[in-house]
Amino acid sequence: MSGRLVLAACLLLAVEGSALAAHAAVDATATPNRIEIHNFMFMPKTLTVPVGAKVTWINRDEEPHTVVSAGGQFAPSKALDTGDRYVTTFGKPGTYTYYCTVHPFMTGTVIVK
Amino acid sequence: MQDEHDNRTMGRREFMKCMAWAGTGTLLLMKGGVLHARTLGTEAGAEAKDATFSFAQVSDSHIGFHLAPNPDPAATFRAALAQVDALPVRPDFVLHTGDLTHLSRPDQFATVQGLMQESRAGKGKVLYVPGEHDVIGDNGAEFFRRFGERQHDGGWYSFDHRGVHFVGLINVLNLKAGGLGYLGAEQLAWLKKDLAPLSAETPVLVFAHMPMWSLYPEWGWGTDDSAEAMSYLRRFGSVSVLNGHIHQIQQKVEGNITFHTARSTAYPQPAPGAGPAPGPLKSVTPDKLRSYLGVRSVRHVQGKDALAVTEEAMA
Repeated sequence: MSGRLVLAACLLLAVEGSALAAHAAVDATATPNRIEIHNFMFMPKTLTVPVGAKVTWINRDEEPHTVVSAGGQFAPSKALDTGDRYVTTFGKPGTYTYYCTVHPFMTGTVIVK
Repeated sequence: MQDEHDNRTMGRREFMKCMAWAGTGTLLLMKGGVLHARTLGTEAGAEAKDATFSFAQVSDSHIGFHLAPNPDPAATFRAALAQVDALPVRPDFVLHTGDLTHLSRPDQFATVQGLMQESRAGKGKVLYVPGEHDVIGDNGAEFFRRFGERQHDGGWYSFDHRGVHFVGLINVLNLKAGGLGYLGAEQLAWLKKDLAPLSAETPVLVFAHMPMWSLYPEWGWGTDDSAEAMSYLRRFGSVSVLNGHIHQIQQKVEGNITFHTARSTAYPQPAPGAGPAPGPLKSVTPDKLRSYLGVRSVRHVQGKDALAVTEEAMA
């Protein structure tokens, strides 16, 4: 619970441009450059990576999910069935909000810097 | 109540025993402006005799799903259609309220078409609306090519059948990050215009995949702009709204508008908020699966302004 609060707080801070605090907290909980999709959630919900990093999503649910940039900032995944992966490389710094188009209440953020 | 009806007849019970992994159904009865849901069985069959017409609803066949609790949703969909074919009164048409497939793949759509051709009811008139699983990656192009009504570019449509006005809405396209189901301004404008010439006495039946009320927004079970659609429907004396998506029966009455969600023919999902996520109920054992699946029948009695809804579980 407190972890989720920290993440939410970090996200707010990051959006406001105060990226220092976000970096420390997110890296403590995340497997580097890897986002697990489980129980209809992107874990971690916010991932911070350096410019040029490859990020991999893995679907651990029985339901299919997609990874689609909310602002069309990176190429969308196909439908990810159970166990499927999607990899994309982030070449430019920025805050990339994405969601699952099948279950749009599932959202996540990749911060590239 | 459903269980009570499910176990009423030996004939049906024996029939169900023959169908391993079978799904089940719903009979919808419209009476006095209120839609009543019944489990299909002998009593539903007897009630159907005074109906001017009836139709059956199947939903969420999820062809292509292959995990627990149902590794073979094609078999349960086939069983559900057999159940429709076995109804004592032949329904005028079948309604599939979306998630025909699990992954929107052409081979999965082809399987659905093939299974429909195996069934007497499926070979007849079948109306479809897409679920979010049918529009992944191509905004529904493959779905609309095979199953679309082509009245409008957006895919929505309406028709009149024996005095009842039917409206098929699409609420699974152009979904927004963080949002729910979505109808959009263009579709809402069309709906308003479509309903405008109808008298308030006309029974209206609306169907769409995602629930048209805020059933459980935390799991995406609702439609962002459904309130606008409901504002056009409120003046009618009898409005029934049929949805799929949540793989279980939930009902709500709001004035003259009655909402019904349907069972899946593939696998059940948890009750709202029961568990961490709305995924398949994996703990359901093979011998219990059938009791969670179903078909719905709807019948209309001439001279009465309500539809009757009956649910039939597969076991």
